[in-house]
Amino acid sequence: MLKLLLTVAFCLLAITSLALAAESSPPQVLVSLVHQDCGSCHGMTLKGGLGPDIRPEALAHYDVDTLSTVVLDGIPKTAMPPWRPLISEADARRIAEYLLKGDIK
Amino acid sequence: MKWLCGAVLAVLLSAPVQAQSVVATGDLGLVVERATGSLLLVDQSDHAVLTRIEGLGDLSHASLVYSPDERFAYVFGRDGGLTKVDLVEQRIDRRIVQAGNAIGGAISDDGTLVAVSNYEPGGVRIFDAGTLQPVADIPTGSKTIGLVDAPGRRFVFTLWDAGETWIADLSGGTPDVTRIEDMGTNPYDALITGDGRLYITGLFGEDGLTALDLWDPDPKPIRVLPEYGRGEEELPVYKMPHLEGWARAGREFVLPAVGHHEVLWIDGDTLAETGRTKTHGQPVFAMARPDGRHVWVNFAHPLNDTIQVIDTLTKKVVHEFKPGPAVLHMEFTARGHEVWISVRDAGKVMVYDTRTFEKRGEIEAESPSGIFFTARAHRTGL
Repeated sequence: MLKLLLTVAFCLLAITSLALAAESSPPQVLVSLVHQDCGSCHGMTLKGGLGPDIRPEALAHYDVDTLSTVVLDGIPKTAMPPWRPLISEADARRIAEYLLKGDIK
Repeated sequence: MKWLCGAVLAVLLSAPVQAQSVVATGDLGLVVERATGSLLLVDQSDHAVLTRIEGLGDLSHASLVYSPDERFAYVFGRDGGLTKVDLVEQRIDRRIVQAGNAIGGAISDDGTLVAVSNYEPGGVRIFDAGTLQPVADIPTGSKTIGLVDAPGRRFVFTLWDAGETWIADLSGGTPDVTRIEDMGTNPYDALITGDGRLYITGLFGEDGLTALDLWDPDPKPIRVLPEYGRGEEELPVYKMPHLEGWARAGREFVLPAVGHHEVLWIDGDTLAETGRTKTHGQPVFAMARPDGRHVWVNFAHPLNDTIQVIDTLTKKVVHEFKPGPAVLHMEFTARGHEVWISVRDAGKVMVYDTRTFEKRGEIEAESPSGIFFTARAHRTGL
């Protein structure tokens, strides 16, 4: 019974996450996510902490595709987690663009 | 006679004026406003803000310690800023920027030395608590985490990249450093128990924790709960947990697991597992109420609007509630009758009765994170 309940709970959680992931977030929500939550590791000003500096000059070697993949899938064997369960591919791309250019649409 | 009356009157009149100028600090605390680089000086009993102190730089992940007389706070900013704040004068006393990127600090048991843990350049720098003049520099070549004060004018800290713990003894003036290797992969934070005996570091790169018995003249790494997540898939960690010296609850320690939604219980003497409690999300802080009867837990993004309270006898969740968006930190009053909770995205600090769970007050704060009451001055490892 507990297992069934857990399965149901997990499915509900997955559906909620998908629903969230399908939405496109307003720019201020994404900017807040980057500075407040990515900032847990990278510092609120993104200059680095336990995670590296992710200001535009530090990320210049990334293109948008690669960087959004890093955001979505994380970097295995490091503290960089996959954000795919929480954000959509479109939002990951906008975050990548924001990180590279310092601007968001 | 008239003259005498005048004298008496003068004394009587001056008494209240003098009383007003006395500031007792035992009931005060500081709340970090992380986005604006400011602090709120708060009064615990009145649930009130006394003043805002500004100009402390980048306070993301900021923490602070207090001088033994509870007059001064030493605030450690992300940008390497070390700011000495005067609670009596309600202003910054002095401030230096001592490194490029910092993660916290500690004050020696005698209150004369302040040490800062740095990511860039990796290492620990030690300053005179009075003047903030440099006293010692201990480069580690690694991001340095889990810095705590240990009895005997010692500081203990750990290397994220190298997996070593170093004990710096400053009882002789210059640092005498003992290096302990093989602590584990990617230690991310550490704690020292209130008696100064056990130093426990949590590991990100592998399951388990590693302890050192600092009463042992030659401490060796002691593996704690190795492979605690064996067979389970690890969950993403969107915020690293914190380990602090309040983990002891009665005879046990309660510690956040990493990559698993549970807190872990270990026997305080044998360090053997005594239980696990499934939690709402990835625990960030698991704080024993000062009497050890309950443990309060908050969680990482995106489940960070919730707090669970766990009974330490049954290890079951006895209360769960949602103070608001982004609960970052909790601080108990010295004897634990109330808890203050920073709710970052609500722009508030909430105050709750720890027995009835009733809300007792709230104060406005700009993106509040850490809350630090002056009673920490008298606790090892805080």
